[in-house]
Amino acid sequence: MRLAPRAAHGATAESPAARLAITVIALLFLALFLVVPAVAVVAEAFSEGVRVFVAAITEPDARSALQLTLLAAAIAVPLNMVFGLAAAWAITRFHFRGKGLLVTLIDVPFAVSPVIGGLVFVLLFGARGAFGSWLDAHGIRVIFAVPGIVLATAFVTFPFVARELIPFMQALGSDREEAAVILGASGPQTFLRVTLPSIKWGLLYGVILCNARAMGEFGAVSVVSGHIRGQTNTLPLHVEVLYNEYSFAAAFAVSTLLLALALLTLLAKRFLEWRIERQLARTNGIRERAR
Amino acid sequence: MKPAIEARGIRKCFGRYPALDDVSVAVQPGELVALLGPSGSGKTTLLRIVAGLETADAGTVFYGGEDVTHRPVRERNVGFVFQHYALFEHLNVFENVAFGLRVRRVPERLVQERVSQLLELIRLDHLARRLPAQLSGGQRQRVALARALAPSPRLLLLDEPFGALDAKVRQELREWLRRIHGELDVTSLFVTHDQAEAFEIADRVVVMNAGRVVQIGTPTQVYETPADAFVVDFLGKANRLTGEVRGGVGHFLGLRVPCHMPDGAAQAWLRHADLDVAREPGPPGSTLPARISRVSRIGPIVKLDLHVDGMRAPVGAEVTPEQAAALAFERGHTVHLRPRRVRVYPMPAPQPSAPAQAPRRSGLLGFLRSRKPRPA
Repeated sequence: MRLAPRAAHGATAESPAARLAITVIALLFLALFLVVPAVAVVAEAFSEGVRVFVAAITEPDARSALQLTLLAAAIAVPLNMVFGLAAAWAITRFHFRGKGLLVTLIDVPFAVSPVIGGLVFVLLFGARGAFGSWLDAHGIRVIFAVPGIVLATAFVTFPFVARELIPFMQALGSDREEAAVILGASGPQTFLRVTLPSIKWGLLYGVILCNARAMGEFGAVSVVSGHIRGQTNTLPLHVEVLYNEYSFAAAFAVSTLLLALALLTLLAKRFLEWRIERQLARTNGIRERAR
Repeated sequence: MKPAIEARGIRKCFGRYPALDDVSVAVQPGELVALLGPSGSGKTTLLRIVAGLETADAGTVFYGGEDVTHRPVRERNVGFVFQHYALFEHLNVFENVAFGLRVRRVPERLVQERVSQLLELIRLDHLARRLPAQLSGGQRQRVALARALAPSPRLLLLDEPFGALDAKVRQELREWLRRIHGELDVTSLFVTHDQAEAFEIADRVVVMNAGRVVQIGTPTQVYETPADAFVVDFLGKANRLTGEVRGGVGHFLGLRVPCHMPDGAAQAWLRHADLDVAREPGPPGSTLPARISRVSRIGPIVKLDLHVDGMRAPVGAEVTPEQAAALAFERGHTVHLRPRRVRVYPMPAPQPSAPAQAPRRSGLLGFLRSRKPRPA
């Protein structure tokens, strides 16, 4: 959560010159690394005219890449929502052996390079992988096919929901759930009527972040995809293919789709942050006043 | 008549720390009983075990003679009030109170009837559509109580119900709880660390310390005949003098006190209210000279802080404003203290180092809460 900006007036206040310098550095950095590239993407996308832009994003391969990206996210995100909820619930509400290990393992996809994440699936399900011959015998394709892309996407995005929910659920405490159970609520009733309403904004926040990463993932998906145009290319992979073919305008046009998705995500994220701050202020406000 | 609540031989350890050590308590039907003790004494843990929120390592819990030790919480039909209210923030006052009826699928007509009746009882019927966030602390706790009472529980358990409120609201709610208890006649057990609160509203008080029950009795019994030095000390406003007993007489600084105790080191406890303060000494051995270091008026009484030679801790005494005026007590005066009543206890045996603070809850949450401050 944000720190109070009022801190600047306290004992740690810097001189006006220093404050100006620090702010300018931060803004310059932001401009150089975020604004300039974003503007460049859009400018490049329209450099050969609107018609080229529209053609690039409506041609069948681009449409199929967009569909695949949305499909992978549509499967991976709900999966990780369920996993994240279960993991956060277990970690914040139960006491069990190996909990520390679970907390650490959740972060593996953050720690490991996505390429390795992709390679793991190739090693497991590829033609020469552990389950490769069995899958082959049953005519199931995982690697260089849609299931592999979904798996790789799910792998790189699985920490988001749990990571967001764990501190949130810890801050809320378990009093309300205990109150519900004592009042006679069953497990599902407690979850649906008490837990879910109180964590919904935190959950949604995690889902949004998870979704952003799912749609933008390149490394892991690239390894398992095989880059078959119109079949196993997601939007980021399609951009790479176009770029390698020197179709710069088309590559940037497709990039604007990803950029638009990112901006939508940021807006949703900002709105949710505001809701969460309000909710936590409300629940903790009671405790503060209580003291 | 079988007790409405009986806990027998309850033991509970958090890790290696014994939170409850062979605790037995019984509450008679219709009684309002207080579990009183300092933090870490195990009172909340005992309440949570009685409710079924926590499982005991050993021991049995009976409701009206029925063994409920292994009965799931939701089937126990008890009402529980949490210190921090634990209201459902997304539901309005009406729906909070109705929760226990809705999850039991009580017909809508009966829900409306029962909730309206309870909201009237807690005098919040005009705020039925408000969200908990729009209520004051005292109002929230009243809603929490109405919510606990809505499904007509066989028992009402309250965990430091007024601990989070300021002094005036606390006082109002105490009287109000006493009245509600009288009207509804529901057997109630509540946890508090405030002896005034326990004495004011409880029929009987269970004093706990370090995971054990120290004394059970009516407020009068506990106040008049404290079971041991801990109880006197915990009830407060008492001075402790160390000395020894020789041949049936206790020697404490200048005081001689007859007592039935074997010879050896002993401690004498003198309540502030049990000390007469005079300008002249009494017969030898009956008074203790002291110097006034501070005179403070606290509402209807005057409190004297005194220094007694041979004691490091200040000694306190309470007199009426009339006495204080008549004798013109001022800082620096030498006075003579005559205790009307002295309680002598043996010196405690040296104990293995006690844990500083018990974990209030088991499980990860308790652990995290103990380590991490709540975000503000």
